[in-house]
Amino acid sequence: MTRLAIRYDVVIVGGGPGGMSAAIGALEAGADRVLIVDREIELGGILNQCIHNGFGLHHFGEELTGPEYASRLIEELLDHRIDVATDSYVLDVDADRTLTVASPSTGITRVQAGAVVLAMGARERTRGAIRIPGSRPSGIMTAGLAQKFVNQLGYLPGRRAVILGSGDIGLIMARRLALEDVEVHGVYELMPHANGLTRNIVQCLHDFDIPLHLSTTVVGIEGSRRLERVAVAPVDENFEPDLARATEIECDTLLVSIGLIPENELSAKLGLRMDPTTGGPVVSSTMETSRDGVFAAGNVVHIHDLVDFVSQEALLAGRCAGEFATGRSRPADNIRLLAGANVASIVPHTISSDREHVVYLRVRRSMEKSWLRLGEVYEKRLRYVVPAEMVSLKVRPRFLENFHGDALKIDIVPREEPGGDDE
Amino acid sequence: MSRGSRLSTIEVGGFRLGRAGIANVTCATCAGGGERYVGVVKDVVVIGGGVVGCAIARALTHYRIDVALVEREVEVGFGTSKANSGIIHAGHHTTPGTVKGELVWRGNQMWQDLANELGFGFFQNGDLTIAFDEDELLTLETIESIGKERGVTGLELWGPDRIHREEPNVSKEALAALHGPTAAVVNPYEACFALIDDAVDNGLQLLVGRPVTAITPEGSHLVVHVGDEHIATRCVINAAGLYADRVCRMVGIELPIRARKGEEYLLDKRLSGIVRRTIFPCPTPTSKGILVIPTYDGTIMVGPTAELVDDKEDLSTTSAGAAHVFEMAQRLVPGISERDCIAEFAGLRAVAPDDDFVIGATRVPGFINAAGVQSPGLTAAPAIAEEIVALIADGGLDLSPKPDLKSPAPRPVRVSELGLSELEQLVFSDNRYAHIVCRCEMVTEGEIADAIERGARTLDGVKFRTRAGMGRCQGGFCTSRCMQLLSDAHDVPIHDITKRGPGTWVVCEREERT
Ligand SMILES: Cc1cc2nc3c(=O)[nH]c(=O)nc-3n(C[C@H](O)[C@H](O)[C@H](O)COP(=O)(O)OP(=O)(O)OC[C@H]3O[C@@H](n4cnc5c(N)ncnc54)[C@H](O)[C@@H]3O)c2cc1C
Ligand SMILES: Cc1cc2nc3c(=O)[nH]c(=O)nc-3n(C[C@H](O)[C@H](O)[C@H](O)COP(=O)(O)OP(=O)(O)OC[C@H]3O[C@@H](n4cnc5c(N)ncnc54)[C@H](O)[C@@H]3O)c2cc1C
Repeated sequence: MTRLAIRYDVVIVGGGPGGMSAAIGALEAGADRVLIVDREIELGGILNQCIHNGFGLHHFGEELTGPEYASRLIEELLDHRIDVATDSYVLDVDADRTLTVASPSTGITRVQAGAVVLAMGARERTRGAIRIPGSRPSGIMTAGLAQKFVNQLGYLPGRRAVILGSGDIGLIMARRLALEDVEVHGVYELMPHANGLTRNIVQCLHDFDIPLHLSTTVVGIEGSRRLERVAVAPVDENFEPDLARATEIECDTLLVSIGLIPENELSAKLGLRMDPTTGGPVVSSTMETSRDGVFAAGNVVHIHDLVDFVSQEALLAGRCAGEFATGRSRPADNIRLLAGANVASIVPHTISSDREHVVYLRVRRSMEKSWLRLGEVYEKRLRYVVPAEMVSLKVRPRFLENFHGDALKIDIVPREEPGGDDE
Repeated sequence: MSRGSRLSTIEVGGFRLGRAGIANVTCATCAGGGERYVGVVKDVVVIGGGVVGCAIARALTHYRIDVALVEREVEVGFGTSKANSGIIHAGHHTTPGTVKGELVWRGNQMWQDLANELGFGFFQNGDLTIAFDEDELLTLETIESIGKERGVTGLELWGPDRIHREEPNVSKEALAALHGPTAAVVNPYEACFALIDDAVDNGLQLLVGRPVTAITPEGSHLVVHVGDEHIATRCVINAAGLYADRVCRMVGIELPIRARKGEEYLLDKRLSGIVRRTIFPCPTPTSKGILVIPTYDGTIMVGPTAELVDDKEDLSTTSAGAAHVFEMAQRLVPGISERDCIAEFAGLRAVAPDDDFVIGATRVPGFINAAGVQSPGLTAAPAIAEEIVALIADGGLDLSPKPDLKSPAPRPVRVSELGLSELEQLVFSDNRYAHIVCRCEMVTEGEIADAIERGARTLDGVKFRTRAGMGRCQGGFCTSRCMQLLSDAHDVPIHDITKRGPGTWVVCEREERT
């Protein structure tokens, strides 16, 4: 166990792909005393339970499993001098960037940070969040918890499962359980479209003959001790279930995969300005939050579907944190980004006209052919957008050469004319 | 000893308890017919470990008598006593001329001391009953005078200005409110655990996970059948909640008990502090209505509904219930939103004929009811216990105080409530208190180990004793960790750990494939 120093240049809260990439960024930027704190006993975050492949195509140029992706980052870290405190929980971060860390091996320790990067990841939304009527038997859990039981602890959540929600974790778990000979009755999704990546629909459901029922939800739960059956019913365009058409399914397990929420307990304690559309802190183009020297990256800022983007975003956050801690800074942002009608969220919230940025956004509604528009200054054809897949946009300084305003609206609008080459 | 004032509404039929000593009886009802039972006769067997049974058992262990409590569920408090609003009612809401009406104010006055002694979560936050029009204001005035007659202290009518100064998030439409400063909130399950832990420390024999299946009168004793085990006793207290009717039937008494369901909805911490006092609507003749409750832990809860149901295991929540609760709660506190719901549950009130508690001796010698304890039974529980003690003394049991009474064990540590330096000290002596197991409620391994030592054997047992799994993520993070700790402590495999006893398994073994 590392004995913690009293002062670090950069302290990173969370040792998932976000935290590890931020550490690499900070080291690259010249910070030489860097600490990662994670409450688990190993680095890797959520990746450690994602034993499927599909990670790293963008960042490492090859397809890896979650643990492989994590070990690539760990290997990169091993090339540097860095402190890692695992089995350690960050209880608190003060406005003056003092962190309180609790750990069974080192007790309660306070460390002072030149800059902090928040990379606490996300947690799953639960059954309570959508209020399914019915009893409260055992046998209902989030898909992520089931994934941990199966992949890390070696137990099954049950023998006959229904999956509510077509988020990626639910899709992955449908396949995982099918591989374990658990009967998977189907995936039920409230929305008229799936919430997971298209490739997961194909590889996890189609390839395993697991039905996906869109515009359908669980409307009842029965069983006084263990789950015995659920009722499912189709919903109308206002998401009101048609109870007359409800059917019952005998099952002992209901996995809930209805989305992730950024883990922002610490951000709230710090009083960071939050964005209700992402559930994470408002960040500048350097991934700095509303508190000086406190940066954030990864799922704690907004939910990513690809870990590769987490790494890219976190590298930037780490670099900027490293620069901040060693007394350097980049020109401040001068343009606010505003969401148009079909844009649900944007990160970062502001940019600067002097350099290149990657802006991430999510659409509200799917669209076959569309324009992505950045104010009047730039537009780009998109072939297909869905809420489940994050859209990224490179904003280059030359787009802004003739722009003198202080706010730009980003929108994704239908494209009528027969399109030329799509990007 | 002070036994409080005797209830005017309870008829005390003269009854004599059987003698103490060794029972040597033949139990005719048992399979095989005529199984011989020899054993020390208990003085009292309490059936049911809800708050009522626990309070009775705890009160009885203060005397030099031999007491056992038998509970069907694997832990105490797992019946209605863990699924309620957790309010210690101020005392003015309950109908006069009823047993419950008499016991509510007496009970209210006992909770503060009980909490001080036993150290469970208790906070006197007061309540406000809101009137939106002149008619409702008249009702408030009636309730106020009922309360004053009963002796409830501090009742005061507030106008709009005072309401909004004290509770700025209460509806601006409120015309008046009755303030009852004596109302409080508790963690009801914590109270059950604290009562029973103290009783066990003082000699109570606790049998959990085992229902009473029959009671047979044998000579001057009653023999209580707990599975294969027989316990002869001089006195049985029926505190079996919803199933008090079944227990009555075991001795040939008919006491119909119906179930009235109440649904409750817990809201995200984001809304904590939106009200400080428990907010009541103006009651109607049939219902207290939907309340906005700042629970002891600071979470806001809204509910409960009130609806008779046929199935006594029906703890389901319904869409109609939710819609009603949120509509009514929003009328009182407009800032409340369905979107903030993090969990919901339902509880069943045990309703006896006449809608009143049934407390007293019966025509079966030695068989005493503490039944039909519907709302406000939590509030009344300590007063009910006093009544039962008095009844038993009347029956001829010698109640001399126990000389070597153990003082209550210190309240379990709550890391989330400690200051940093206190935590540092604690961690210094036991590093498990630096290991966070539940991130939402900041519960450490040390607290969970302590709960297990005190008797937690299921996930719910750990949850209700420590709050691990009660927060925002509803156990998404800590479930597997708590299961691991339970598994290690009880030396059983993970797949044997249940949510709340038999049949509530959480995970199963993977099939080995060849
Ligand atoms: C089931 C599943 C399947 C996925 N599939 C794919 C896929 O196929 N391809 C792909 O590219 N991406 C996939 N992803 C997405 C990707 O894995 C995540 O976006 C990424 O792991 C998020 O990284 P992070 O570092 O932000 O968060 P996390 O990986 O969640 O790491 C956060 C870390 O912070 C720690 N932490 C939090 N709070 C504290 C505190 N107070 N003190 C100390 N430590 C703390 C946590 O323990 C955790 O280790 C998947 C995700 C899931 C859940
Ligand atoms: C929704 C709701 C909200 C409420 N809110 C409040 C409030 O705010 N304030 C208030 O004062 N009151 C309130 N109440 C009422 C209060 O919860 C009850 O009055 C109280 O919990 C009753 O306690 P009990 O011990 O009688 O019943 P229980 O807690 O149900 O205990 C009975 C026990 O007996 C056991 N048992 C049954 N049969 C057997 C058998 N054969 N052998 C062994 N054991 C057996 C059961 O398992 C159970 O544990 C509320 C009730 C509900 C439903």
